[in-house]
Amino acid sequence: MTTIFTDNLSTFLSGFGYTLLASLIALVGSMILGTLFAILEILPNKALSIFGHTYVEIFRNIPLLVITMFFYIVISNAIKISGFWSGTLGLTLYTSAFIAETVRAGIQSIDSGQMEGARANGLSYGQAMSRIILPQAFVVALPSLANQFINLVKNSSILAFVAGFDIMYQANVIAGLNFDPFNTYIVAGILYLIITLPLSYYMQHLEKKSA
Amino acid sequence: MSMIEFKNVEKYYGDFHALKNVNLSIDAGETVVLIGPSGSGKSTLIRTINGLEEIQEGQLIVNGYDLHDPKTDINRIRKNVGMVFQHFNLYNNKSTLENIMLAPRLVLKRDEAENKKVAMELLDKVGLADKADSMPSALSGGQKQRVAIARSLAMKPKALLFDEPTSALDPEMIGDVLDVMKDIASDSDMTMLVVTHEMNFAKQVADRVIFMDAGEILEDSTTEKFFTNPDDPRAKQFLSQVERH
Repeated sequence: MTTIFTDNLSTFLSGFGYTLLASLIALVGSMILGTLFAILEILPNKALSIFGHTYVEIFRNIPLLVITMFFYIVISNAIKISGFWSGTLGLTLYTSAFIAETVRAGIQSIDSGQMEGARANGLSYGQAMSRIILPQAFVVALPSLANQFINLVKNSSILAFVAGFDIMYQANVIAGLNFDPFNTYIVAGILYLIITLPLSYYMQHLEKKSA
Repeated sequence: MSMIEFKNVEKYYGDFHALKNVNLSIDAGETVVLIGPSGSGKSTLIRTINGLEEIQEGQLIVNGYDLHDPKTDINRIRKNVGMVFQHFNLYNNKSTLENIMLAPRLVLKRDEAENKKVAMELLDKVGLADKADSMPSALSGGQKQRVAIARSLAMKPKALLFDEPTSALDPEMIGDVLDVMKDIASDSDMTMLVVTHEMNFAKQVADRVIFMDAGEILEDSTTEKFFTNPDDPRAKQFLSQVERH
């Protein structure tokens, strides 16, 4: 197992780098998109809230693989888009729908007096949302967000299907050459753990700190 | 000059008629107490004044702006009209000092040093200067309410609305909050409208008392007249029930 890792060091490391990069981009992107759509969903404006809700229901209820393939095969016909970017984009949109639901539930768990107090104090809706409601909603949503982030890293293995050069893709390549899939995939699993375990501990730390 | 003026205001929650043909004028600098049985529309009335509740018919003019006019910028009214809530509604994610400094910083763009000075003076005024760095969760109900009053005052409003400010407090906490409110009422420039069940407070500080029942204003009299010889029979009955205790 160690020899498989050392023999293919640069390939594994490159895969690790792509997985890390895709995860980071998707994490930041899906947090921003998810928060945005969470707010859209709860806006009093009917049209906007229906739009937000439709987005969430579409991307939450279609398999990640289908979304990714759509970008890789259909969209790439119109716009030149690499496997890495189709995978990362698919992962971002897919995850953002789950994050939107998590953040929406967080926002709705905050006492309505917080918004009323802020508005009566002179703050605009946007100021009240960004300074008062969201910071409290994120704290409530932390345990659930931690799950979403860990799922996101694991789901990034979707890149292997679209030639995204991630850990899983490289593991497939290596296993195809050395005919030792057993040990190769164990190395791949360990590489995922190197990302997900610290992430998981960090989220638990944040949770304790904000409790 | 009238600071708050209701003209034939109607308010509905679905089929429920919450405010019925309300006519009321409150002058700048006046202290008015609004009383009535629970469910009579007192809170609804006070919440329409800063747009927390919309009215369906009539005119509601606050500080010169018509609230029922869709062109009116509600934030402009809220800048000048503060509100103190029954359940305080302090920002749970901000320290006491930050609760007070946030709106002046964001809305009035007050200079940071000046902002802090004003906030500390107000905390001192409500007797909580030593709690500047405390989080709301570490304060008692009475302390929270005094911080909430300081937060409203920091905006230097022309009018302050109090929606049952002592109803959620333990009895021994009520006095401190009422003292702060009496102090504010003594400022002749401040317009105050207070929904409360504290009859002694009303007797001591109110210029006028308004009695509501079932969404209607039934009595609007000077404090002395209201407590000695009210015109409306339901107001009479309400007083006798409250004062029996």
